[in-house]
Amino acid sequence: MTMRQLLPLLLAPWLFSAALANPYETTLDNGLRVIVKEDRRAPTAVHMVWYRVGSMDEVDGTSGVAHLLEHMMFKGTPTVGPGEFNKRVAAAGGRDNAFTSRDYTAYFQQIPKEKLDEMMGLEADRMRHLNVDPKEFEQEIKVVMEERRMRTDDNPQAKLFEQMNAVAFQAHPYRRPIIGWMSDLENMTAADARAWYDTWYVPNNAYVVVSGDVDHQEVFALARKHYGGLAGRALPMRKAQIEPRQEGPRKLTVKAPAELPLLVMGYKAPILRNPATDREPYALEILAGILDGHDAARFNRKLVREDKLAVSAGVSYDNTARGPGMIYLYASPSEGNSIGELEFALRTEIARIKQEGVSAAELKRTKAQLVANQVYKLDSVFGQAMEIGQMEAVGLSWRDVEVMIDRLQQVTAEEVQAVAQKYFDDDALTVGILDPQPLDSQPRRQRLPTRH
Amino acid sequence: MKRLFTAAITFFAAQAALAGVAIEHWTTGNGTRVYFSAAPALPMVDVQLDFAAGSMFDPVDKAGLAALTRGILDLGAGERDETAIAEQLADLGAVLGGTADTDRASITLRTLTAEDKLQPALAVLEEVLRQPRFDGAILEREKARTIASLKDAMTRPDSIAGKAFWEALYPAHPYGRQATPESVANLNREDLVDFHQQLYTAGNASITMVGKLTRVEAEAIAERLSAALPPGTPPALPQPPAPVKGNTVALAHPASQAHVFLGLPAIERGHPDFFPMLVGNYTLGGGGFVSRLVREVRDKRGFAYSVYSYFAPMRQTGPFQIGLQTQRKQAQEAIKVVREVLDEFVAKGPTEEELAAAKANLSGGFPLRLDSNSKLLANIAVIGFYGLPLDYLDRYRERVEAVTADEVRAAFARHVRPVDLITVTVAAD
Repeated sequence: MTMRQLLPLLLAPWLFSAALANPYETTLDNGLRVIVKEDRRAPTAVHMVWYRVGSMDEVDGTSGVAHLLEHMMFKGTPTVGPGEFNKRVAAAGGRDNAFTSRDYTAYFQQIPKEKLDEMMGLEADRMRHLNVDPKEFEQEIKVVMEERRMRTDDNPQAKLFEQMNAVAFQAHPYRRPIIGWMSDLENMTAADARAWYDTWYVPNNAYVVVSGDVDHQEVFALARKHYGGLAGRALPMRKAQIEPRQEGPRKLTVKAPAELPLLVMGYKAPILRNPATDREPYALEILAGILDGHDAARFNRKLVREDKLAVSAGVSYDNTARGPGMIYLYASPSEGNSIGELEFALRTEIARIKQEGVSAAELKRTKAQLVANQVYKLDSVFGQAMEIGQMEAVGLSWRDVEVMIDRLQQVTAEEVQAVAQKYFDDDALTVGILDPQPLDSQPRRQRLPTRH
Repeated sequence: MKRLFTAAITFFAAQAALAGVAIEHWTTGNGTRVYFSAAPALPMVDVQLDFAAGSMFDPVDKAGLAALTRGILDLGAGERDETAIAEQLADLGAVLGGTADTDRASITLRTLTAEDKLQPALAVLEEVLRQPRFDGAILEREKARTIASLKDAMTRPDSIAGKAFWEALYPAHPYGRQATPESVANLNREDLVDFHQQLYTAGNASITMVGKLTRVEAEAIAERLSAALPPGTPPALPQPPAPVKGNTVALAHPASQAHVFLGLPAIERGHPDFFPMLVGNYTLGGGGFVSRLVREVRDKRGFAYSVYSYFAPMRQTGPFQIGLQTQRKQAQEAIKVVREVLDEFVAKGPTEEELAAAKANLSGGFPLRLDSNSKLLANIAVIGFYGLPLDYLDRYRERVEAVTADEVRAAFARHVRPVDLITVTVAAD
């Protein structure tokens, strides 16, 4: 492969992957898929194993088990002792970690390229041979509870988002926090973790992504060597849990020690299912860019800079997911302004788009940023593997990236206005408010004792 | 470092990767030091200007001045107001960024290198350097936002602990001087203009560039940016921080977890003990999941999700710091464990096995520090700003490999005396 061809294509960067046949993919006999993105700039590689299982696959009473199991994956197999996985990665000059989302659980090592063989051996071993040792579990569940305290319990903004999801979703498992409710963590057992592993950690529920200074044929051969012998097994049926249509606005308040109030307005929004034919998720993504894509985008310019109503304001929308989607508007009021005034101002901005649409310049600007970002993203070997992994996790393919960029370029001003009119609908709205409380210096309430 | 287009060059580049990175260095006509590394694989370039204009240069009663000056720098310049700057950059797909820390104020530009993108993006940066407006109304708005954010930070246990930690380590040095709502409220436009005139000068700047440029193109860009600045010289540094005596600061807070910091002022950038400290700290608390602190505090006892130690060498004596968060009722027990781990390590140093493991990771993993333009930029900017030797990256591995256990022990004995450790807790019972 030569990189020289890359340069003339830059005006149409969404043609990269097609023109260069990169990434490459294959599927092993046991159902494990392997996807390789060659990037030969530096002598490093990223090795990732993604499992198609996340917190949305949990059931009530064991929320957090997907994430807990992610922690237990570092606690040893019959041939690799507890903590030994990290030691071997470190000895190889590598860095490793893992992450759990609502949709997936993934493990990675960033390594000097010549260590890929060894990393695959380690990942293949823990794909089917994990010990879930009760003693290790007893320590690790405490670590996860500390993680929850740090990330959520003592973080007012995170707590608000946790509560928002619990109110916005009723039937769909997105209502549960990824890290799990504290009482579920307190009641978790090693057997819960073991059952989770036995059910979901099989090669036919996983895929491997490798990026960096590698040859794809060599990677495929290594994958066959390490993962090829692992037996696949049928997965349990995943029953669809469809969120019923929301039929009226919802509202919640979280009181916590803080100074700045926070307003979040979350509207149910569509998710990309068919990249070639869907239109609305693209229009909403462009809309999010017009509202919050740069420092002079509408929200920051109007609410923060011109009217000085907010100290910050933004939009968050991810149009790829296994489950249902939301588009969130959020802002914190500046001193002397109320949450009510801020909500009115956000609604006024939305009404402007519904009535007047967006300008050609705004549309062009957002698309120009998108094109540039297609180049910038190639600077990160890790980022390239992440993009592939996340696409696959939500049931799409890395092949869809080019289609998505192309469709985003086709979005019209009329489509942006139409999705604003359709989806900024009060009946599909959940409003969350962080109501700051003064800081008294005592613990606020009796907490349940931790189980030991 | 970078693989190029032919087999011959690829072979050469692969050899170069083992040695480090080719950094070209020169000085502009206006006196700015320039550091450049060509990275031709992607049609983009990163440009960074660093000024010795961090918070260590805040006057005594004007804490927050450096941060506010940097924050407002690109909110209106010359013919362009803040909206014009943001819109033009977005139209080009370019990103202007940067921040001020204790030592440095940085301005970064990432842009595509196509001529119709690169030149207009550089023109915006040039104007920001030449003629920032420091508009009075924008200043008042940004002051209000800064004050709101400072007040909010002072409700969060981690921010409260961080502020108290720096104040305790540097009671008589600008590193301990923290912006407060009151200090920011007192800043006026004249303060910003004066600070900018003194410190945002060609003689007080370094320029780092990584990307798809030739040396000739890089020289032209550096000349252009440097010429937009007045000449000038680097500022005098304050008296170095004085050593501290051991002390405990305990602050109340209703959080469910205590935040704990332990530390003291340790070493500055370029200190000869840097490599022994780096290698030693890997074993103590720098080596992620495999450090002694993680083993004792997290793995064995389940006390914390995150526990670490690190050195932050700065222009003047930067801190050594240990940090963790744990349930408030077990904070004292966790501190006791940390103390025992530290005492043991300072007294005996790493075992031969630990030393070898530290070297294997730091040396073996060296290519991971340089495998993107962003990482190269960050590393080279530090070399340029702090005046580290140009072969710093080339010799990194050999200097790691050369460290002995005796050197680690000696360096820790010199810089991390457990009796002098300052402990800060927030929300600990």
